[in-house]
Amino acid sequence: MELAMLLQWPRRDKHLGAHEYPEFVKIVEVGPRDGLQNEKEIVPTEVKVQLIDRLSDTGLSVIEATSFVSSKWVPQMADHTEVLQGIRKSPNVRYPVLTPNMHGFQNALAAGATEVAVFGSASETFSRKNINCSIDESMLRFEEVLNAAKDQQIPVRGYVSCALGCPHEGPIDPSKVTEVAKRLYEMGCYEVSLGDTVGVGTPGSMAAMLRSVTREVPCRALAVHCHDTYGQALANILTALQMGVCVVDSAVAGLGGCPYAQGSSGNVSTEDVLYMLHGMGIQTGVDLSKMIAVGDFICHSLNRKTNSRVAQARGSQL
Amino acid sequence: MFMTEVYMLYHLVNYENANVNVNWLDSSKRLPDRVKIVEVGPRDGLQNEKTIVPAETKIRLIDMLSDSGLSVIEATSFVSPKWVPQMADQMEVMKGIRRKPGVSYPVLTPNLKGFQAAVEAGASEVAIFGAASELFSKKNINCSVEESLQRFEQVMVAAKAAGVPVRGYVSCVLGCPYEGKVAPAKVAKVAKRLYSMGCYEISLGDTIGVGTPGGMSEMLEAVSKVVPVGALAVHCHDTYGQALANILVALQMGVSVVDSSVGGLGGCPYAQGASGNVATEDVVYMLHGLGIQTGVDLPKLMDAGAFICHSLNRRTSSKVSQATHCKL
Repeated sequence: MELAMLLQWPRRDKHLGAHEYPEFVKIVEVGPRDGLQNEKEIVPTEVKVQLIDRLSDTGLSVIEATSFVSSKWVPQMADHTEVLQGIRKSPNVRYPVLTPNMHGFQNALAAGATEVAVFGSASETFSRKNINCSIDESMLRFEEVLNAAKDQQIPVRGYVSCALGCPHEGPIDPSKVTEVAKRLYEMGCYEVSLGDTVGVGTPGSMAAMLRSVTREVPCRALAVHCHDTYGQALANILTALQMGVCVVDSAVAGLGGCPYAQGSSGNVSTEDVLYMLHGMGIQTGVDLSKMIAVGDFICHSLNRKTNSRVAQARGSQL
Repeated sequence: MFMTEVYMLYHLVNYENANVNVNWLDSSKRLPDRVKIVEVGPRDGLQNEKTIVPAETKIRLIDMLSDSGLSVIEATSFVSPKWVPQMADQMEVMKGIRRKPGVSYPVLTPNLKGFQAAVEAGASEVAIFGAASELFSKKNINCSVEESLQRFEQVMVAAKAAGVPVRGYVSCVLGCPYEGKVAPAKVAKVAKRLYSMGCYEISLGDTIGVGTPGGMSEMLEAVSKVVPVGALAVHCHDTYGQALANILVALQMGVSVVDSSVGGLGGCPYAQGASGNVATEDVVYMLHGLGIQTGVDLPKLMDAGAFICHSLNRRTSSKVSQATHCKL
């Protein structure tokens, strides 16, 4: 089952107007990790577990559950082991976890992880400020993780942050993104998620970046992780789909603000992505109404309003 | 936090000016070099805001918008104040605004009476509002689509005689709150009628924001067979967050006029608490990022947005403004 999922399914494209789109898009739900990680309030373990269990019933096939980083750096993820051991593991769902280094990887394995993710950056400054080392140094750490993962037959997903811009360096050259994406892919990541970490990208910069990356990494192995800080996420995702990408990361209710722009939004909301895809006749396997209900649950628990426009529009008609 | 805001402003400027080659799929699907923004905040925006805003505030808003580089600002609506109390000060607003040379200030005129009042108030461009849905037409303006088109023909005759250009709107082009799906052929029929009777431009409105890129391209394909694409505009609501994606698809199909509302003013009357118009700031950010010219100065536009949101005591709906924290 794992192998079948890892193999890139055959692409079938549909035509809408002058464009080709994939018939199916895989959603990678990052709410419980990327989302909660950027929420100010520390969420109790039971709530995290409930969130993931509810997400497991929506039809999602991938839910990023937690992060095995030091609790000193990311207090929200301090309960990583408890969460991973507490969730109901649905047979049709995978629960990858972040592992920044060997230490994290070993802990993840001990806690029962069956898939992991490593997080690189296309910006040197961001790498140094975020994980305290250069891009090259981080790649060496990841190689260790990849080698250990291969031995254990654990699939690894790679992330490249700042793919469309960096809060410190400004615009990022697509060739740099390509270099890092290629390195992650060649060291064995089955998929590379390209992240617009501060949401500054627009369809033009998305297209330029993807044009460069797809020269070195096959489209089937790429995902886009768009932040909606400037409202550009859906337009950027649409562009990526037009260029052949068929994996999209998003967070239920648009959880997770932007640490670089206080009070702004962060992740694009899964509900809004689903609405767009389903409206275009693109299959995802995910039930939008169930997703909206999960969004309601977590927002209620966090005592905050949803960032999803779809949830706002639907909810307001009750 | 101050340094963060400085970074954000710095990046806003840099990303805005980053020119990239936008022909990412095929040279025949070029994006336009220039897009005209039709600013509907003072009319469509304020019309859907609960708080009644005094005339001086409306005038100040329009004057600030005039200074931001916009070339078309929909100023007010000559409808009966009984139906739209927010627009009751139509005369005062029209006479009070500073008319910047090179900027057009169209006003809505639902019928001949409204047209005459508009001309008397000094209007030099008007707009008429049709619907692609029969039920919406009946519930919104109390007559069938055909009856409304006949009213508009009266306005057209008078406008031609007075040398006043007329813009036509078609609402519910991607869905109707009463009828649900709307056939592209129906939209094309209404658009063609408005164009043939003399409207220089037809703005196609996703009134309740339910459309997605597939529906947008299907609808535009049908309409552009009967109205030249150069005479088309899109008026997308962001109620379901789909506006920018829909606008992008429209641009890819050759549309080069986009309606939007500063600060994303104007909720949705059919979904309490939901958003309505797409925010001009967010549209301009996308267009500039694509290397498309608009003539608009984004920081000045954000100032106008901050001003009106402060006056309305509400948060902006523009994500660009939220991220950049432009506050007066």
